[in-house]
Amino acid sequence: MTRLLVLLVFTLIWAAVTGSFAPLNLGFGLVLSALALFLIRENVQPSRIAVRPLGVLALTLLFFKELALSAFKVAVLVSRPKMDLKPGIFAFPLRVDRDFEITLLANLITLTPGTLSVDVSDDRRFLYVHALDCADPQATIRDIADGFEAKILEAFR
Amino acid sequence: MTLWLAIPVSLLLVGGSIFALLAALGVLRLPDVYTRMHAASKAGAVGSGLLLLATGLGSQDPAILVRAAAGFVFFVLTAPVSAHLLARAAHLARVPLDPASVRDDYRSGQTDTLSK
Repeated sequence: MTRLLVLLVFTLIWAAVTGSFAPLNLGFGLVLSALALFLIRENVQPSRIAVRPLGVLALTLLFFKELALSAFKVAVLVSRPKMDLKPGIFAFPLRVDRDFEITLLANLITLTPGTLSVDVSDDRRFLYVHALDCADPQATIRDIADGFEAKILEAFR
Repeated sequence: MTLWLAIPVSLLLVGGSIFALLAALGVLRLPDVYTRMHAASKAGAVGSGLLLLATGLGSQDPAILVRAAAGFVFFVLTAPVSAHLLARAAHLARVPLDPASVRDDYRSGQTDTLSK
């Protein structure tokens, strides 16, 4: 059932991206989506993920706000004549534990002010994050834990 | 194109170009590969996002707008992944952090990752 839904969504995305909702193109999109899903069938097991639409919306809004802030911050930083950098890599203790949550969090961290995810530890308990300003990693860790991580937990638990 | 469409489109174009320029400047000026990834992933994503939005709005064609939006979504999905992979590869290849760096928690955990 879920797969059928995914198939339909993929077909619609194909139609939107190619810019034509003609029956022939929809059919072609359906075939392509089925082929794509067939190729990754082993990697996507049907899972019970509770999605809260309001939580997802809050996460999306927070993301766009942080993305704009982030780009602005980097822009201001590189246009200064003298760059004051204290870069470093700190370990961020993860509260989320499922693969897609870690991926989502890592991507969000990369697109937010001054932080860039580098790697996940082998036991998946820590996310290594590079920060442009690593003078106070505890504060950065708190910001991420109370911001994105809390929102992700709200949206998908 | 009416004036009321032309004004936001031009603003988006100029804004996007400025962000793209600053991203390039950041890649040029920042001291090491890790800090450079910051500029490339963020300012670059926002710059191209604004330019794509300007294209979509300027065309006055919903089909093109949808495709521009899809382009932006793909950019936001792929830019962090490539920045992350480049930074990780650099660290695994033992590219040193800039001397100004204050800490590196990753170094200690790296031996297990290398031996895999």
